Amino acid sequence: MAKTYDAGVKEYRETYWMPEYTPKDTDLLACFKITPQDGVPREEVAAAVAAESSTGTWTTVWTDLLTDLDYYKGRAYAIEDVPGDDTCFYAFVAYPIDLFEEGSVVNVLTSLVGNVFGFKALRALRLEDIRFPVAYVMTCNGPPQGIQVERDLLNKYGRPMLGCTIKPKLGLSAKNYGRACYEGLRGGLDFTKDDENVNSQPFMRWRHRFDFVMEAIHKAEAETGERKGHYLNVTAPTSDEMMKRAEYAKEIGAPIIMHDYLTGGLSANTQLAQWCQDNGMLLHIHRAMHAVLDRNPHHGIHFRVLTKVLRLSGGDHLHSGTVVGKLEGDRDATLGWIDIMRDSYIKEDRSRGIFFDQDWGSMPGVIPVASGGIHVWHMPALVSIFGDDSVLQFGGGTLGHPWGNAAGAAANRVAVEACVEARNRGVELEKEGKDILTNAAKSSPELKAAMETWKEIKFEFDTVDKLDVSHK
Amino acid sequence: MSDMQDYNSSLSDAAQSRKYETFSYLPPLSKESTRAQIQYIVDKGWNPGIEHTEPENAISNYWYMWKLPMFGETDVDVILAEIENCHKAHPKNHVRLMGFDNFKQSAGTAMVIYRGISV
Repeated sequence: MAKTYDAGVKEYRETYWMPEYTPKDTDLLACFKITPQDGVPREEVAAAVAAESSTGTWTTVWTDLLTDLDYYKGRAYAIEDVPGDDTCFYAFVAYPIDLFEEGSVVNVLTSLVGNVFGFKALRALRLEDIRFPVAYVMTCNGPPQGIQVERDLLNKYGRPMLGCTIKPKLGLSAKNYGRACYEGLRGGLDFTKDDENVNSQPFMRWRHRFDFVMEAIHKAEAETGERKGHYLNVTAPTSDEMMKRAEYAKEIGAPIIMHDYLTGGLSANTQLAQWCQDNGMLLHIHRAMHAVLDRNPHHGIHFRVLTKVLRLSGGDHLHSGTVVGKLEGDRDATLGWIDIMRDSYIKEDRSRGIFFDQDWGSMPGVIPVASGGIHVWHMPALVSIFGDDSVLQFGGGTLGHPWGNAAGAAANRVAVEACVEARNRGVELEKEGKDILTNAAKSSPELKAAMETWKEIKFEFDTVDKLDVSHK
Repeated sequence: MSDMQDYNSSLSDAAQSRKYETFSYLPPLSKESTRAQIQYIVDKGWNPGIEHTEPENAISNYWYMWKLPMFGETDVDVILAEIENCHKAHPKNHVRLMGFDNFKQSAGTAMVIYRGISV
């Protein structure tokens, strides 16, 4: 029977709270951590989040009756306690796939983390996880090349790859900058990297940087016989300008370029990733601004969501945190989003903060990049945590070597190969790390000097954003 | 400055400077380690394959296959013997051991067991 129009404000839960609903395989599922205002019932707040992130608005409107809102609406289908925290709870919402434009993570985020995050009935709101149905995944372009293709293009097998961010991050001239790259690459790095802040400033315009860096790559390749790359940062004020820089990088033979997907924006990122796929280029993704979104345990977007968003938008590398370095990162949670980057099917696992099974279909994986405050002494733990399909990136840990970048690079390369060699023999890296490095240093004065330079450095601050696993 | 060492690498000194595959920054693998690395390939379920090249052509993706990859071979001694056979037949060439991962459709690892005379 047709509905009648009844103007006014209704309780959200009458329409959007559906505990009896069984999510469909094609539904997009979201888990929100909700901190409600005092006195508002959980079911009502959960329903409000489902409504405001899908079809609802604050009052009934007559045009609601021109469509089938019961089909299009988001459904809050479950709520759960947050272990160890009474101020908030988890709400699970199912959205029909029709609500989202194909291939557009922009559209998904605009709904799920749009107006609803400013909603007055909430004190705070955090998007903890999204299950993208495989039907939606297959509409997205994804990583331009993927892990195996990158290994084939660069001929790197059986070990983590090594990178280095060039420092000082601002102020070098293009020619001096190219020198710093060359020294690192000839010493044994696979990649050097533009710092995220390096775009095209007055002290170093992008085109001069690209030219000098390519000379560095070519000479280091001829000298070592190995293939090398430098992440040329094409992040730019407009996407037209970004594409111009990407086209030039391709023209001069660069194998890999770089983009900041959050500050640069997801539309630009998706465009660039598709171009990279069409043009055989690798794409390194930096994540500046992520901590603004993901560090507060009660408000924002968890990094595992930002990871899924990037895999869908497209990128071959993504910074993941190091677990052991200077930046924030809980070990179990990090292992969780590393799997989200690389694996084709990830099971729900609350001990690692994963709320849903995620099927990636045939979408390629993303290589996690561990970068920030790491040095040779961290190598055994890094190889153990990240495994072969990773880029371990030592900035200060390469450039700060007392004998310079080439020696610093060689120290790291010897260390990573020694750890892989020992691991393959069945040695427990995190237990025997010191012996492995000490033994390798006998034939590498560069590694010995690095071990003497950095042995005292430790970063021992507690993480701010911990997994919610401490049960009451 | 006196204890600072120069990093010895150049276009003209190939033996010192050219590197090939994983473990090229370590001293040559010991016999025991070579066996252990082969065992690792076998334990991973990868297919061992032996390839060689003239050093001047090492940059190519396609080195010469020494016979076909040893599909399903799990005996370390048999694999080692084939590496020796390849080396004896091509003593001036680089000889590398691959571990082919047919699920990832990529090599799981690659290491040069014998280095020829680099150019």
